[in-house]
Amino acid sequence: MSLELRGITKAFGSLTVNDSIDLKVEAGQIHAILGENGAGKSTLMNIVYGLLKADSGEIFVDGKIQNISEPSDALSAGIGMVHQHFMLIPVFTVAENIVLGHEKIGKFGVLDIESAREAIIRVSKDFGFSVDPDAIVETLPVGIQQKVEIIRALIYEAKVLILDEPTAVLTPQETDELLKTMQELKSKGTAIIFITHKLREVREVADQITIIRRGKVVGLVSPDTSEGELASLMVGREVDLAPEKHKHEIGNPILIAKNLSVRDAMGTEVVKRINFELRAGEVLAVAGVQGNGQSELARAIVNLEDHIEGSLLLDGKEIRGLSIYDSLHAGIAFIPESRELDGLVGSFSIAENLILDLHDQAPYAKGINLSVQVVSEQAEKRVKEFDIRLQSVSDAVSTLSGGNKQKVVIARELSRPIKVLVASQPTRGLDVGSIEFVHERILSERDAGRGVILFSTELEEVLALADRIAVMYRGEIIEIVDSKVSKEELGLLMAGVVKSKAGS
Amino acid sequence: MKNLVSKFGQTAKLPALSFALAFSITGLLIAFSDSKVLAKIGSPIEFIKSGLATIGNAYLALFQGSIFDINLARGNSFFQGFYPLSETIVTATPLILTGLSVALAFRSGLFNIGAQGQFIFGAIGASYVGFHFNLPTVIHILFAALAGIVLAAIWGGIVGILKAKTGAHEVILTIMMNYIAGYFILWILKTKPFLRPGRIDPIAPEVGLSARLPLLAGENLRIHAGIFIALASALFVWWLLAKTTIGFKFRAVGANSQAARTAGISVPFVVTSTMAICGGLAGLGGAVHVMGSAHALNTDVAGSFGFDAITVALLGRAQPLGTVFAALLFGALRAGGRTMQSNTGTPLDIVLVTQALIVLFIAAPTFVRFIFRLKKLSSSASLTSKGWNG
Repeated sequence: MSLELRGITKAFGSLTVNDSIDLKVEAGQIHAILGENGAGKSTLMNIVYGLLKADSGEIFVDGKIQNISEPSDALSAGIGMVHQHFMLIPVFTVAENIVLGHEKIGKFGVLDIESAREAIIRVSKDFGFSVDPDAIVETLPVGIQQKVEIIRALIYEAKVLILDEPTAVLTPQETDELLKTMQELKSKGTAIIFITHKLREVREVADQITIIRRGKVVGLVSPDTSEGELASLMVGREVDLAPEKHKHEIGNPILIAKNLSVRDAMGTEVVKRINFELRAGEVLAVAGVQGNGQSELARAIVNLEDHIEGSLLLDGKEIRGLSIYDSLHAGIAFIPESRELDGLVGSFSIAENLILDLHDQAPYAKGINLSVQVVSEQAEKRVKEFDIRLQSVSDAVSTLSGGNKQKVVIARELSRPIKVLVASQPTRGLDVGSIEFVHERILSERDAGRGVILFSTELEEVLALADRIAVMYRGEIIEIVDSKVSKEELGLLMAGVVKSKAGS
Repeated sequence: MKNLVSKFGQTAKLPALSFALAFSITGLLIAFSDSKVLAKIGSPIEFIKSGLATIGNAYLALFQGSIFDINLARGNSFFQGFYPLSETIVTATPLILTGLSVALAFRSGLFNIGAQGQFIFGAIGASYVGFHFNLPTVIHILFAALAGIVLAAIWGGIVGILKAKTGAHEVILTIMMNYIAGYFILWILKTKPFLRPGRIDPIAPEVGLSARLPLLAGENLRIHAGIFIALASALFVWWLLAKTTIGFKFRAVGANSQAARTAGISVPFVVTSTMAICGGLAGLGGAVHVMGSAHALNTDVAGSFGFDAITVALLGRAQPLGTVFAALLFGALRAGGRTMQSNTGTPLDIVLVTQALIVLFIAAPTFVRFIFRLKKLSSSASLTSKGWNG
């Protein structure tokens, strides 16, 4: 089955977000749509799936024009979609989720779950998945939840599968697994539209790549196009994918952790007696598969965790047990893992978010009076300095794109005098242009003699930025290696495989 | 300035429409609950005529009871015609203060169900100082008000401390504290210091003349200076929220406590101080009520000021100015409802139905938007700046 879009145009107000877009996907083909956040990829797919109505343009399936105005039209035309945010009910089982919206009633008016269970087992067998139809969805890892979504699309006989940023929520291992699944689906004749902004994945699986920038198709290229070329097509300018790391002197230890442990609310030790020394002017990356204690360690450095033991010396002074406020003002900048949840107050203005940590200090405050004037003046300066794209500093920060939101967080954290920067997944969910910016900032802090501790699950990021890499596994740092380590070696370490060490 | 006006228009639109809708439905209820109207159901024209007349009379009485009564104006002096408006304001005054208490808590992300209990302690404090001491008038008023504020701030602050220290939910805590306060006043009115000499029923002595808030429009109208205290408090809450670092902390915690905490704002501080200030506001409501119109503490001194406050704050969208307007509206409905009942026989309960409907519609904005075919507030503007990829 083939899907073809001709001249799809969609405008929101005066803004054209899809400008006469053409696209063609054949059966057994993976067609990647590459574009920055806000380029119009999701709008396009929402039109195809019937969630939005195009202003003009046509959709053809197998050469026949389709009138898709609702998701059910798309489904009956054989188009399935896996959304970036899963449409699953967490407390239902896999089978219950799959029958949702298609409930069949069996004997005596009882819901027929059995046929759904059988279908799940059949599809799982066909495509080599292992999904238990009776498992409660919320107990499953994210990667498996995504498979449930894919299975649902397949059971309802989707011949064209749209995957909207499917890897954004996955760990590297899960991503590899998904890419394999996609190959498998492709070999069985499914046409796949793969929406992403990650270059490596695209080059690995796509047969064709359509690049969208500001609502327009700017290129239809083959996957052997170089990453640099893809990136510059996407962003519309030259992009520096591998930031240059200047050689320079590494200073004295500035942050020393001794036997640092963190317990969660249940009393389980999630960080286990960790020791490390972060030196001024270096980037120490903490790598590891998600959920091995990195998040807790990052939060523990600014005392956000409630149960911390051991010692943490900043420039020779004990900071463990300080209040969060005092930790930040002792000279630590903290970029939290989730900018939406922990980094920003969504309904607050950009100007207010820029002083979340400094609002009670001069020049913003005089006594308990907050100077709205100074706050917005300073905000204008930060906005220029950090190139934050916005309409007005008094707009709610939630109106910004992901990259600009992260810039607000970074601008705020770097406007205090700092000795150490703690960055937790600083580029998660960001597009190429914003990633470049964040990487440059991290390296410029390093070059200015600050100690940077970077928590990241992205191997490329770790290898590109780090001077040394600490690998965390099950709450422990199992090895600290040089940044010249190979990707394979690092991958093994992250899986907990340590080379035999003498005497241990 | 123009911007400010249009912004206010935007925020006031939904409450205003909810208000109109609630009154339309209440009108139908009034007509259909009247036996004389129902008797004419056989002939549609007569039915509609008498129905409209009944609704008209009821609403006229509501107006007469809450704003201006021409009969009173004719009978005495023109000025006396405003007796109903004075009653409206007298009822609204404590409600503004308790409403502000709930509204401020809302802004810090807290549900203060405890305005009732805080009000009671404010009333107890002001009452005791009012009848026990003999002081020069201004000092006496200040001292009595302060006693009410402090007592209620402690009462509210306890909830804040418990939540901050143990994580207990403030809704449960404040509901329980209301019970305690409710029974505490029953008990204290039977203790010696609070027993009025010569009486055996639970009523405290009247507060001294020096502790009474001055009347604003002569002996015949009950309107007193408490309304200025209430308005000043609204201004204070606005200033606190918009112009101070403390208000910044409150709003940050209210909007996203996790991000506020991550940026170094102390959530326990915000929770405790919010509850204490909210307690103080509701307590000032109790004090003003005692010093302004009730004069003596009795078992029912708090009425439902603390509970209506929740509705008032909701209707006022947790904004100080909105809360003032909402409290005045509720005051008018309360005052007018009494006249409506006595003049036209329309039961007072219908007013409660109106109040409930207004709040129902406020709480279901989508429904009101649907009825009036309103577009969602500036959806296009937010879309254009947000991008469309989420």
